[in-house]
Amino acid sequence: MTRPGLTTACAAMLRRDLTLAWRRRGDIAMPVLYALIVTMLFPFALGPEDTLLQRIAGGVVLVTVLLAMLLALDAMFASDIEDGSLEQLVLAPQPLALMLGMKILAHWVTIALPLIVISPLMAALLHLPAAVMPVLLLALLLATPLLSLLGAVLVALTVGTRRSGMLLALMLLPLCVPAVIFAAGAVAAAQQGLPWLAPISWLAAALVLAVVLAPLACAAALRIALDS
Amino acid sequence: MTAARTVAPLLEARAVSFHRQDEPVFAPLDFQLHAGELALVEGDNGSGKTTLLRMLAGLLHLGAGELLWRGEALQRDLCAGDILFLGHQLGLKADLSPRENLRVATGLHGTREGMDSASLLAEIGLRGYEDEPVRRLSAGQKKRAALARLAMLPATLWLLDEPYANLDRAGIALVNDMLGRHTDAGGAAMVTSHGTVSFHGGEPRRIRMHD
Repeated sequence: MTRPGLTTACAAMLRRDLTLAWRRRGDIAMPVLYALIVTMLFPFALGPEDTLLQRIAGGVVLVTVLLAMLLALDAMFASDIEDGSLEQLVLAPQPLALMLGMKILAHWVTIALPLIVISPLMAALLHLPAAVMPVLLLALLLATPLLSLLGAVLVALTVGTRRSGMLLALMLLPLCVPAVIFAAGAVAAAQQGLPWLAPISWLAAALVLAVVLAPLACAAALRIALDS
Repeated sequence: MTAARTVAPLLEARAVSFHRQDEPVFAPLDFQLHAGELALVEGDNGSGKTTLLRMLAGLLHLGAGELLWRGEALQRDLCAGDILFLGHQLGLKADLSPRENLRVATGLHGTREGMDSASLLAEIGLRGYEDEPVRRLSAGQKKRAALARLAMLPATLWLLDEPYANLDRAGIALVNDMLGRHTDAGGAAMVTSHGTVSFHGGEPRRIRMHD
Protein backbone atom coordinates (compact mmCIF):
# COMPACT_ATOMS: atom_id res chain seq x y z
CA MET A 1 0.00 0.00 0.00
CA THR A 2 1.63 3.24 -1.09
CA ARG A 3 0.78 6.55 0.47
CA PRO A 4 0.61 9.71 -1.62
CA GLY A 5 3.79 11.76 -1.64
CA LEU A 6 4.23 15.02 0.17
CA THR A 7 3.65 17.08 -2.96
CA THR A 8 0.31 15.39 -3.64
CA ALA A 9 -0.78 15.82 -0.03
CA CYS A 10 0.30 19.47 0.08
CA ALA A 11 -1.48 20.15 -3.19
CA ALA A 12 -4.65 18.48 -1.87
CA MET A 13 -4.61 20.61 1.27
CA LEU A 14 -3.88 23.83 -0.57
CA ARG A 15 -6.53 23.11 -3.16
CA ARG A 16 -9.07 22.30 -0.46
CA ASP A 17 -8.52 25.51 1.48
CA LEU A 18 -8.39 27.72 -1.60
CA THR A 19 -11.62 26.16 -2.93
CA LEU A 20 -13.29 26.72 0.44
CA ALA A 21 -12.14 30.33 0.49
CA TRP A 22 -13.41 30.85 -3.05
CA ARG A 23 -16.84 29.42 -2.11
CA ARG A 24 -16.98 32.05 0.64
CA ARG A 25 -15.38 34.90 -1.20
CA GLY A 26 -17.61 37.42 0.57
CA ASP A 27 -15.52 36.77 3.68
CA ILE A 28 -12.34 37.64 1.77
CA ALA A 29 -13.75 41.01 0.75
CA MET A 30 -14.29 42.02 4.38
CA PRO A 31 -10.67 42.74 5.42
CA VAL A 32 -10.04 44.49 2.09
CA LEU A 33 -13.03 46.80 2.57
CA TYR A 34 -12.02 47.44 6.17
CA ALA A 35 -8.48 48.42 5.18
CA LEU A 36 -9.73 50.70 2.39
CA ILE A 37 -12.23 52.46 4.63
CA VAL A 38 -9.71 53.05 7.41
CA THR A 39 -7.11 54.54 5.07
CA MET A 40 -9.75 56.68 3.39
CA LEU A 41 -10.79 58.13 6.74
CA PHE A 42 -7.29 59.35 7.68
CA PRO A 43 -7.15 62.30 5.23
CA PHE A 44 -10.62 63.35 6.40
CA ALA A 45 -9.58 63.26 10.05
CA LEU A 46 -6.15 64.87 9.65
CA GLY A 47 -6.78 67.29 6.80
CA PRO A 48 -5.37 67.00 3.29
CA GLU A 49 -1.87 68.29 4.05
CA ASP A 50 0.63 66.55 1.82
CA THR A 51 3.58 66.66 4.21
CA LEU A 52 1.69 65.26 7.20
CA LEU A 53 0.02 62.46 5.19
CA GLN A 54 3.28 61.54 3.49
CA ARG A 55 5.01 61.25 6.83
CA ILE A 56 2.43 58.86 8.30
CA ALA A 57 1.51 57.01 5.08
CA GLY A 58 3.84 54.02 5.51
CA GLY A 59 2.91 53.43 9.12
CA VAL A 60 -0.82 53.80 8.50
CA VAL A 61 -0.82 51.31 5.62
CA LEU A 62 1.18 48.77 7.62
CA VAL A 63 -0.92 49.02 10.76
CA THR A 64 -4.16 48.92 8.77
CA VAL A 65 -3.09 45.81 6.88
CA LEU A 66 -2.03 44.05 10.09
CA LEU A 67 -5.30 44.95 11.84
CA ALA A 68 -7.31 43.82 8.82
CA MET A 69 -5.50 40.48 8.98
CA LEU A 70 -6.35 40.19 12.64
CA LEU A 71 -10.05 40.30 11.71
CA ALA A 72 -9.81 37.05 9.81
CA LEU A 73 -7.24 35.33 11.99
CA ASP A 74 -9.38 33.51 14.54
CA ALA A 75 -11.29 31.72 11.78
CA MET A 76 -8.13 29.88 10.71
CA PHE A 77 -8.86 26.55 12.44
CA ALA A 78 -12.36 27.17 13.85
CA SER A 79 -14.42 25.47 11.13
CA ASP A 80 -12.01 22.54 10.87
CA ILE A 81 -12.38 21.84 14.57
CA GLU A 82 -16.15 22.24 14.44
CA ASP A 83 -16.78 19.75 11.64
CA GLY A 84 -14.12 17.22 12.66
CA SER A 85 -11.86 17.82 9.66
CA LEU A 86 -8.98 18.56 12.00
CA GLU A 87 -9.34 15.14 13.65
CA GLN A 88 -9.15 13.53 10.24
CA LEU A 89 -6.11 15.64 9.38
CA VAL A 90 -4.34 14.65 12.60
CA LEU A 91 -4.96 10.97 11.80
CA ALA A 92 -3.86 11.24 8.18
CA PRO A 93 -0.56 9.56 7.30
CA GLN A 94 1.08 12.89 6.52
CA PRO A 95 3.24 15.21 8.64
CA LEU A 96 0.74 17.39 10.47
CA ALA A 97 3.07 20.40 10.70
CA LEU A 98 3.49 20.48 6.93
CA MET A 99 -0.25 20.17 6.35
CA LEU A 100 -0.87 23.02 8.78
CA GLY A 101 1.83 25.00 6.99
CA MET A 102 -0.24 24.57 3.82
CA LYS A 103 -3.33 25.78 5.66
CA ILE A 104 -1.44 28.86 6.84
CA LEU A 105 -0.18 29.45 3.31
CA ALA A 106 -3.74 29.23 1.96
CA HIS A 107 -4.89 31.62 4.67
CA TRP A 108 -2.13 34.07 3.75
CA VAL A 109 -3.00 33.82 0.04
CA THR A 110 -6.68 34.48 0.67
CA ILE A 111 -6.40 37.16 3.37
CA ALA A 112 -3.05 38.93 3.09
CA LEU A 113 -2.43 38.80 -0.64
CA PRO A 114 -5.56 40.83 -1.56
CA LEU A 115 -4.48 43.39 1.06
CA ILE A 116 -1.00 43.60 -0.46
CA VAL A 117 -2.56 44.02 -3.90
CA ILE A 118 -4.59 47.02 -2.78
CA SER A 119 -1.80 48.49 -0.63
CA PRO A 120 -0.41 50.69 -3.46
CA LEU A 121 -3.89 52.21 -3.73
CA MET A 122 -4.00 52.77 0.02
CA ALA A 123 -0.52 54.32 -0.06
CA ALA A 124 -1.52 56.55 -2.97
CA LEU A 125 -4.54 57.81 -1.00
CA LEU A 126 -2.04 59.03 1.61
CA HIS A 127 0.35 60.53 -0.99
CA LEU A 128 3.20 58.13 -0.34
CA PRO A 129 5.92 58.89 -2.95
CA ALA A 130 5.92 56.35 -5.76
CA ALA A 131 9.64 55.71 -5.25
CA VAL A 132 8.98 54.27 -1.77
CA MET A 133 6.24 51.93 -3.00
CA PRO A 134 8.56 48.96 -3.75
CA VAL A 135 9.98 49.12 -0.21
CA LEU A 136 6.47 49.21 1.25
CA LEU A 137 5.45 46.19 -0.84
CA LEU A 138 8.60 44.32 0.18
CA ALA A 139 7.99 45.12 3.86
CA LEU A 140 4.39 43.89 3.55
CA LEU A 141 5.45 40.73 1.70
CA LEU A 142 7.68 39.86 4.66
CA ALA A 143 5.57 41.16 7.56
CA THR A 144 2.20 39.64 6.56
CA PRO A 145 3.35 35.99 6.39
CA LEU A 146 5.16 36.55 9.67
CA LEU A 147 1.90 37.71 11.21
CA SER A 148 -0.03 34.79 9.67
CA LEU A 149 2.44 32.31 11.15
CA LEU A 150 2.59 33.88 14.61
CA GLY A 151 -1.18 34.28 14.58
CA ALA A 152 -1.66 30.63 13.62
CA VAL A 153 0.32 29.50 16.67
CA LEU A 154 -1.78 31.68 18.95
CA VAL A 155 -5.03 30.57 17.31
CA ALA A 156 -3.95 26.96 17.82
CA LEU A 157 -3.18 27.68 21.46
CA THR A 158 -6.53 29.34 22.11
CA VAL A 159 -8.85 27.00 20.17
CA GLY A 160 -10.31 25.44 23.29
CA THR A 161 -11.29 28.72 24.90
CA ARG A 162 -14.57 30.48 24.43
CA ARG A 163 -14.50 33.98 22.91
CA SER A 164 -10.86 33.55 22.04
CA GLY A 165 -10.89 36.63 19.80
CA MET A 166 -10.15 39.05 22.61
CA LEU A 167 -7.44 36.87 24.12
CA LEU A 168 -5.92 36.38 20.69
CA ALA A 169 -5.65 40.12 20.04
CA LEU A 170 -4.02 40.68 23.43
CA MET A 171 -1.50 37.90 22.89
CA LEU A 172 -0.70 38.86 19.33
CA LEU A 173 -0.07 42.53 20.09
CA PRO A 174 3.38 42.18 21.68
CA LEU A 175 4.41 39.68 19.01
CA CYS A 176 3.56 41.93 16.09
CA VAL A 177 5.23 45.03 17.56
CA PRO A 178 8.70 44.06 16.25
CA ALA A 179 7.24 43.30 12.81
CA VAL A 180 5.58 46.73 12.72
CA ILE A 181 8.72 48.52 13.93
CA PHE A 182 10.99 46.94 11.34
CA ALA A 183 8.51 47.21 8.47
CA ALA A 184 7.61 50.83 9.20
CA GLY A 185 11.29 51.58 9.88
CA ALA A 186 12.24 50.33 6.43
CA VAL A 187 9.57 52.46 4.76
CA ALA A 188 10.55 55.56 6.78
CA ALA A 189 14.23 55.06 5.98
CA ALA A 190 13.47 54.71 2.27
CA GLN A 191 11.39 57.89 2.43
CA GLN A 192 14.31 59.82 3.92
CA GLY A 193 16.74 58.38 1.40
CA LEU A 194 18.53 56.30 4.02
CA PRO A 195 19.56 52.64 3.60
CA TRP A 196 16.57 50.40 4.37
CA LEU A 197 18.07 46.98 3.87
CA ALA A 198 18.85 46.29 7.55
CA PRO A 199 15.25 46.35 8.89
CA ILE A 200 14.09 44.36 5.86
CA SER A 201 16.77 41.75 6.59
CA TRP A 202 15.60 41.52 10.19
CA LEU A 203 12.05 40.92 8.97
CA ALA A 204 13.27 38.27 6.55
CA ALA A 205 15.25 36.54 9.30
CA ALA A 206 12.22 36.51 11.61
CA LEU A 207 10.11 35.13 8.75
CA VAL A 208 12.56 32.29 8.08
CA LEU A 209 12.53 31.39 11.74
CA ALA A 210 8.73 31.50 11.87
CA VAL A 211 8.32 29.41 8.70
CA VAL A 212 10.32 26.62 10.31
CA LEU A 213 9.03 26.79 13.87
CA ALA A 214 5.43 28.05 13.71
CA PRO A 215 3.91 25.01 11.91
CA LEU A 216 5.60 22.69 14.41
CA ALA A 217 4.24 24.71 17.33
CA CYS A 218 0.80 24.78 15.70
CA ALA A 219 0.80 21.02 15.27
CA ALA A 220 1.77 20.45 18.90
CA ALA A 221 -0.82 22.92 20.19
CA LEU A 222 -3.63 21.42 18.11
CA ARG A 223 -2.77 17.87 19.17
CA ILE A 224 -3.00 19.00 22.78
CA ALA A 225 -6.28 20.80 22.10
CA LEU A 226 -7.82 17.62 20.63
CA ASP A 227 -6.45 15.43 23.44
CA SER A 228 -8.93 16.39 26.12
CA MET B 1 -10.01 -19.33 12.54
CA THR B 2 -7.33 -21.54 14.10
CA ALA B 3 -4.80 -20.30 11.57
CA ALA B 4 -5.57 -16.71 12.54
CA ARG B 5 -4.82 -17.46 16.16
CA THR B 6 -1.21 -18.33 15.44
CA VAL B 7 -0.40 -14.91 13.97
CA ALA B 8 -0.21 -11.87 16.22
CA PRO B 9 -3.53 -10.05 16.60
CA LEU B 10 -3.94 -6.85 14.64
CA LEU B 11 -4.65 -4.89 17.76
CA GLU B 12 -4.20 -6.03 21.31
CA ALA B 13 -5.09 -4.02 24.39
CA ARG B 14 -3.61 -4.91 27.75
CA ALA B 15 -5.27 -3.24 30.71
CA VAL B 16 -5.87 0.01 28.85
CA SER B 17 -7.76 2.73 30.65
CA PHE B 18 -8.21 6.46 30.43
CA HIS B 19 -8.37 9.03 33.18
CA ARG B 20 -10.02 12.40 33.06
CA GLN B 21 -9.06 14.65 35.97
CA ASP B 22 -7.74 11.59 37.82
CA GLU B 23 -11.14 9.88 37.49
CA PRO B 24 -11.07 6.68 35.45
CA VAL B 25 -13.45 6.96 32.50
CA PHE B 26 -13.70 3.19 32.17
CA ALA B 27 -12.31 0.16 33.95
CA PRO B 28 -9.10 -1.36 32.51
CA LEU B 29 -9.89 -3.28 29.32
CA ASP B 30 -8.23 -6.28 27.75
CA PHE B 31 -9.09 -7.43 24.27
CA GLN B 32 -7.64 -8.79 21.08
CA LEU B 33 -8.76 -7.99 17.59
CA HIS B 34 -7.59 -10.15 14.72
CA ALA B 35 -7.61 -9.36 11.04
CA GLY B 36 -11.01 -10.20 9.60
CA GLU B 37 -12.77 -9.70 12.91
CA LEU B 38 -15.51 -7.35 13.95
CA ALA B 39 -15.86 -6.09 17.49
CA LEU B 40 -18.93 -4.47 18.93
CA VAL B 41 -18.21 -2.10 21.81
CA GLU B 42 -21.16 -2.16 24.18
CA GLY B 43 -21.95 0.08 27.09
CA ASP B 44 -24.43 2.58 28.42
CA ASN B 45 -24.37 6.29 27.67
CA GLY B 46 -21.29 7.80 29.24
CA SER B 47 -19.56 4.49 29.74
CA GLY B 48 -16.61 5.67 27.66
CA LYS B 49 -17.20 4.03 24.27
CA THR B 50 -16.30 7.17 22.35
CA THR B 51 -13.33 7.82 24.64
CA LEU B 52 -12.05 4.30 23.97
CA LEU B 53 -12.30 4.69 20.21
CA ARG B 54 -10.69 8.14 20.25
CA MET B 55 -7.87 6.73 22.34
CA LEU B 56 -7.36 3.78 20.00
CA ALA B 57 -7.38 6.17 17.04
CA GLY B 58 -4.62 8.21 18.62
CA LEU B 59 -6.58 11.40 19.24
CA LEU B 60 -6.41 10.88 23.00
CA HIS B 61 -3.27 9.74 24.80
CA LEU B 62 -3.13 6.27 26.27
CA GLY B 63 -4.10 6.65 29.93
CA ALA B 64 -2.59 3.45 31.26
CA GLY B 65 -1.86 -0.02 29.94
CA GLU B 66 -0.38 -1.14 26.69
CA LEU B 67 -1.49 -1.23 23.05
CA LEU B 68 0.07 -3.65 20.60
CA TRP B 69 -0.24 -3.32 16.83
CA ARG B 70 0.53 -6.54 14.95
CA GLY B 71 2.33 -7.85 18.04
CA GLU B 72 4.55 -4.83 18.66
CA ALA B 73 4.10 -1.75 20.76
CA LEU B 74 1.88 0.61 18.78
CA GLN B 75 3.75 3.53 17.26
CA ARG B 76 1.54 6.20 15.81
CA ASP B 77 3.83 7.28 12.99
CA LEU B 78 4.18 3.69 11.78
CA CYS B 79 0.48 2.87 11.62
CA ALA B 80 -0.84 6.33 10.69
CA GLY B 81 -3.50 5.96 8.04
CA ASP B 82 -3.91 2.25 8.77
CA ILE B 83 -6.45 3.16 11.43
CA LEU B 84 -9.45 5.18 10.32
CA PHE B 85 -11.79 6.85 12.77
CA LEU B 86 -15.33 8.01 12.10
CA GLY B 87 -16.89 9.90 14.98
CA HIS B 88 -19.92 12.06 15.62
CA GLN B 89 -18.26 14.86 13.70
CA LEU B 90 -18.02 13.50 10.21
CA GLY B 91 -15.01 15.49 9.04
CA LEU B 92 -16.72 16.71 5.88
CA LYS B 93 -16.36 20.29 4.67
CA ALA B 94 -19.87 21.67 4.25
CA ASP B 95 -18.90 23.87 1.31
CA LEU B 96 -17.37 21.04 -0.67
CA SER B 97 -19.30 18.35 -2.53
CA PRO B 98 -19.02 14.66 -1.57
CA ARG B 99 -16.76 14.14 -4.57
CA GLU B 100 -14.44 16.99 -3.53
CA ASN B 101 -14.37 15.75 0.07
CA LEU B 102 -13.31 12.34 -1.21
CA ARG B 103 -10.62 13.91 -3.36
CA VAL B 104 -9.11 15.68 -0.34
CA ALA B 105 -9.10 12.43 1.64
CA THR B 106 -7.48 10.42 -1.15
CA GLY B 107 -4.91 13.18 -1.61
CA LEU B 108 -3.83 12.63 1.99
CA HIS B 109 -4.33 8.86 2.36
CA GLY B 110 -4.17 7.39 -1.11
CA THR B 111 -6.85 5.22 -2.70
CA ARG B 112 -7.87 1.66 -1.91
CA GLU B 113 -7.12 -0.61 -4.84
CA GLY B 114 -9.78 -0.72 -7.50
CA MET B 115 -11.89 2.11 -6.08
CA ASP B 116 -13.11 5.09 -7.98
CA SER B 117 -15.12 7.87 -6.46
CA ALA B 118 -17.88 8.07 -9.08
CA SER B 119 -19.03 4.47 -8.83
CA LEU B 120 -18.50 4.40 -5.08
CA LEU B 121 -20.70 7.45 -4.49
CA ALA B 122 -23.39 5.99 -6.74
CA GLU B 123 -23.22 2.67 -4.91
CA ILE B 124 -23.42 4.32 -1.52
CA GLY B 125 -26.65 6.07 -2.40
CA LEU B 126 -25.46 9.52 -3.39
CA ARG B 127 -26.17 9.24 -7.10
CA GLY B 128 -27.11 12.70 -8.34
CA TYR B 129 -25.67 14.36 -5.25
CA GLU B 130 -22.00 13.94 -6.11
CA ASP B 131 -21.51 17.64 -6.86
CA GLU B 132 -23.97 19.08 -4.38
CA PRO B 133 -22.37 20.94 -1.45
CA VAL B 134 -22.50 18.73 1.64
CA ARG B 135 -24.39 21.46 3.52
CA ARG B 136 -27.46 20.81 1.35
CA LEU B 137 -27.49 17.08 2.07
CA SER B 138 -29.65 15.48 4.75
CA ALA B 139 -28.06 14.10 7.93
CA GLY B 140 -28.29 10.56 6.55
CA GLN B 141 -26.76 11.57 3.23
CA LYS B 142 -23.90 13.30 5.05
CA LYS B 143 -23.29 10.09 6.94
CA ARG B 144 -23.20 8.20 3.66
CA ALA B 145 -20.68 10.69 2.26
CA ALA B 146 -18.48 10.06 5.31
CA LEU B 147 -18.88 6.28 4.89
CA ALA B 148 -17.76 6.65 1.29
CA ARG B 149 -14.48 8.01 2.64
CA LEU B 150 -14.01 4.86 4.71
CA ALA B 151 -14.58 2.64 1.72
CA MET B 152 -12.33 4.75 -0.49
CA LEU B 153 -9.23 4.90 1.68
CA PRO B 154 -6.72 2.12 2.20
CA ALA B 155 -6.85 1.12 5.86
CA THR B 156 -6.85 -2.00 7.98
CA LEU B 157 -8.73 -1.04 11.12
CA TRP B 158 -11.94 0.96 11.19
CA LEU B 159 -13.04 2.60 14.42
CA LEU B 160 -16.68 3.56 13.95
CA ASP B 161 -18.47 5.53 16.60
CA GLU B 162 -22.23 5.10 16.16
CA PRO B 163 -22.09 4.43 12.41
CA TYR B 164 -25.81 3.64 12.34
CA ALA B 165 -26.98 7.01 13.68
CA ASN B 166 -29.15 8.99 11.24
CA LEU B 167 -29.31 6.15 8.75
CA ASP B 168 -32.47 4.58 7.32
CA ARG B 169 -32.93 0.83 7.07
CA ALA B 170 -31.18 0.67 3.71
CA GLY B 171 -28.35 2.71 5.18
CA ILE B 172 -27.94 0.30 8.07
CA ALA B 173 -27.81 -2.58 5.63
CA LEU B 174 -25.22 -0.62 3.68
CA VAL B 175 -23.00 -0.21 6.76
CA ASN B 176 -23.29 -3.93 7.53
CA ASP B 177 -22.47 -4.73 3.91
CA MET B 178 -19.43 -2.45 4.01
CA LEU B 179 -18.27 -4.02 7.28
CA GLY B 180 -18.70 -7.48 5.79
CA ARG B 181 -16.65 -6.63 2.73
CA HIS B 182 -13.98 -4.92 4.83
CA THR B 183 -13.50 -7.92 7.11
CA ASP B 184 -13.62 -10.35 4.17
CA ALA B 185 -10.73 -8.39 2.66
CA GLY B 186 -8.69 -8.91 5.82
CA GLY B 187 -9.63 -5.72 7.59
CA ALA B 188 -10.98 -5.38 11.09
CA ALA B 189 -13.45 -2.98 12.68
CA MET B 190 -14.61 -1.82 16.07
CA VAL B 191 -18.11 -0.45 16.20
CA THR B 192 -20.06 1.22 18.97
CA SER B 193 -23.81 1.20 18.93
CA HIS B 194 -26.75 1.64 21.27
CA GLY B 195 -29.17 -0.33 19.18
CA THR B 196 -29.25 -3.99 18.40
CA VAL B 197 -26.93 -4.77 15.55
CA SER B 198 -27.04 -7.74 13.26
CA PHE B 199 -23.90 -8.23 11.27
CA HIS B 200 -23.54 -10.55 8.33
CA GLY B 201 -21.86 -13.82 9.02
CA GLY B 202 -22.01 -14.74 12.64
CA GLU B 203 -21.68 -13.09 15.98
CA PRO B 204 -19.20 -10.26 16.39
CA ARG B 205 -16.79 -10.22 19.29
CA ARG B 206 -18.24 -8.13 22.10
CA ILE B 207 -16.30 -5.70 24.24
CA ARG B 208 -18.25 -4.63 27.27
CA MET B 209 -17.48 -1.29 28.92
CA HIS B 210 -17.76 -0.95 32.70
CA ASP B 211 -17.55 2.18 34.74
